[in-house]
Amino acid sequence: MNRNSVSSNSLEAESLTKRYGSGHTEVVAVGNVSLNVAKGEIVALLGPSGAGKSTLLTLLGLIRPPDTGRIVIDGKIVFENNRAKVNVRRFRREKLGFVFQKANLIPFLTAFENVRLAMDINDQPAKVSRKRSKELLEYLGVAERAQHLPCKLSGGEQQRVAVARALANSPSLILADEPTAALDSVRGRQVMELFRKVAHEQHAGIIVVTHDHRALDVFDRTIEMEDGKLKR
Amino acid sequence: MNLARRDIQHNIGRFVLTTVGLGLLLMVTMGMGGIYRGLVQEATSLVDKMDADFWVVQKNTRGPFAEISRVPVNLEDRVLTVPGVMTSNAFVSHTIQREHRGKPLRITVQGLAWPQDKGSWLPLVSGRSLAQAHYEMIADESLKLHLGEKIKFGKDVYTVVGLTRAMTSPAGDGMAFFTLQDSQAIQFDIPAEAVRLERSARYARAQKMDVGRTSPQTIKRALGSSSQIPALAMPSVSAVVVKVKPGFNPDYVQSVISKWPDVSVYSSQTQRQFLVGGIVARSRRQLGLFRILLIIVSAIIMSLILYTLTIDKLHDIAMLKLIGARNSVILNLIMQQALLLGVLGYAVAYIIGQWVFPLFPRRVVLVPIDLWVLGLIVVAVSIISSMLGIYKALTIEPNEVLA
Repeated sequence: MNRNSVSSNSLEAESLTKRYGSGHTEVVAVGNVSLNVAKGEIVALLGPSGAGKSTLLTLLGLIRPPDTGRIVIDGKIVFENNRAKVNVRRFRREKLGFVFQKANLIPFLTAFENVRLAMDINDQPAKVSRKRSKELLEYLGVAERAQHLPCKLSGGEQQRVAVARALANSPSLILADEPTAALDSVRGRQVMELFRKVAHEQHAGIIVVTHDHRALDVFDRTIEMEDGKLKR
Repeated sequence: MNLARRDIQHNIGRFVLTTVGLGLLLMVTMGMGGIYRGLVQEATSLVDKMDADFWVVQKNTRGPFAEISRVPVNLEDRVLTVPGVMTSNAFVSHTIQREHRGKPLRITVQGLAWPQDKGSWLPLVSGRSLAQAHYEMIADESLKLHLGEKIKFGKDVYTVVGLTRAMTSPAGDGMAFFTLQDSQAIQFDIPAEAVRLERSARYARAQKMDVGRTSPQTIKRALGSSSQIPALAMPSVSAVVVKVKPGFNPDYVQSVISKWPDVSVYSSQTQRQFLVGGIVARSRRQLGLFRILLIIVSAIIMSLILYTLTIDKLHDIAMLKLIGARNSVILNLIMQQALLLGVLGYAVAYIIGQWVFPLFPRRVVLVPIDLWVLGLIVVAVSIISSMLGIYKALTIEPNEVLA
């Protein structure tokens, strides 16, 4: 792999391992996991509770370092074993987007400001961040709720705003951890379809951890995890 | 986008209450400094206003303010004979407590050496200085007497002809200025029955002595006024206030008077030191220590407030970290709120203090240097207090969002 060339993959993860504890109490949360996600591809990550899905997501989201293995995002080596090769926080704000079960919007900022904040902290000019925030909220169908605080939005609306925030800096990879768990089936499917639209139109790789088997047709690919390993 | 401002707007009620609470605490701290300054000003106001060159007092005393001093009234004539002395005025100071309008009224009575001294140097806010030898007084406005009001001391009624401002004794009692004779009449006022009893006792004593038995005139005088008996001294005064002629060496005048065996002589500067170093010193230390305690308490409370404000936002801070916010974004959020809380609390303290301090029974004097120093302390405390919150915020892991 040419490390500096433009890769067709959003994510290339090789032999990722993450252990917790030591000796008799050692638990292998993620064991030798390799995974590629192409640009514009939406992948469902399935598995029972305790399978290691969330831990894998924290590794891919550069929240925790892997013990061994390599993570390459948008063609750039980010982690080599447990060593960061880039400024992790800067890389997160430039290349990654996150969506969670709860929207986790900043409660004292309006929907518009929540989206704009992601660009502000990435040093985007105010004019650009205002324009793109407006566009993203329109794109996700919540423009009319732009000036409302999160507490005034429904669960579905909050999740759309969270997606807009995740898209704000045009990330290469979006990681979503059970984003529809708090929504009813109709709204859950709407959000999943939104992810598909985003992946295909924004050319971002998306990994969605989900238990919702009803919406699996939305995904380009599904992978399953069990006991810290991917099932083939 | 200013996160600190937006957070405050979102929780405006809590922020306002916190600021007012902190402001009241800072107001007490501010007031402590003001009370100390007020003590010094009250203690030294008369010495400063009189602007005398020397105070001649009873030998080996630090009178007439720091302790009682009694000198004969004719000392002023003796002092006047010293070459270079321009004026020499007897000075009387004593505190009385009377009932007025059903309430206790404490007055520090000051005697002015009429007619040389009519009180024209006093800081009058209304009325005039003394214009006649008896039955007029100039009162400080803190005594709450009105211009033209008549008030009885002893057997005589005095009319308030002038009002001063900020003329109080070191104990904080308002001063009233009378002619020397009137002030002595107030000080040595004795009820008629007491006079009669004293004369009878005097007569009885004289009858038992040889001088009384052999000298009928002495017995007769013992039944009369004490002023008619040369063996009895005239009422004494507290001190003699001296002014030196312009161009004359004050050290020479002081060296001459200081050689007299019955008096001590002090410059106004030394008199000031007696007051500040003696009467005020303990209060100053007490207030100073209390002030330090209040600053520490304020710092602890500010730390707790800022820590709590930060704890409330930990999830949001973790989220900010997760989406890649720099530490400076988080630091600014906490620090700006800390500084705003400190600055607004200080402003609240100052504004409420301006309204409340004049209602205090003792003077509270806010001087610019104290206000600046307290302001800088508040800023420093705000920064230091936010450290605990900042530490907590910077050590939280972004994966807390997933919890």
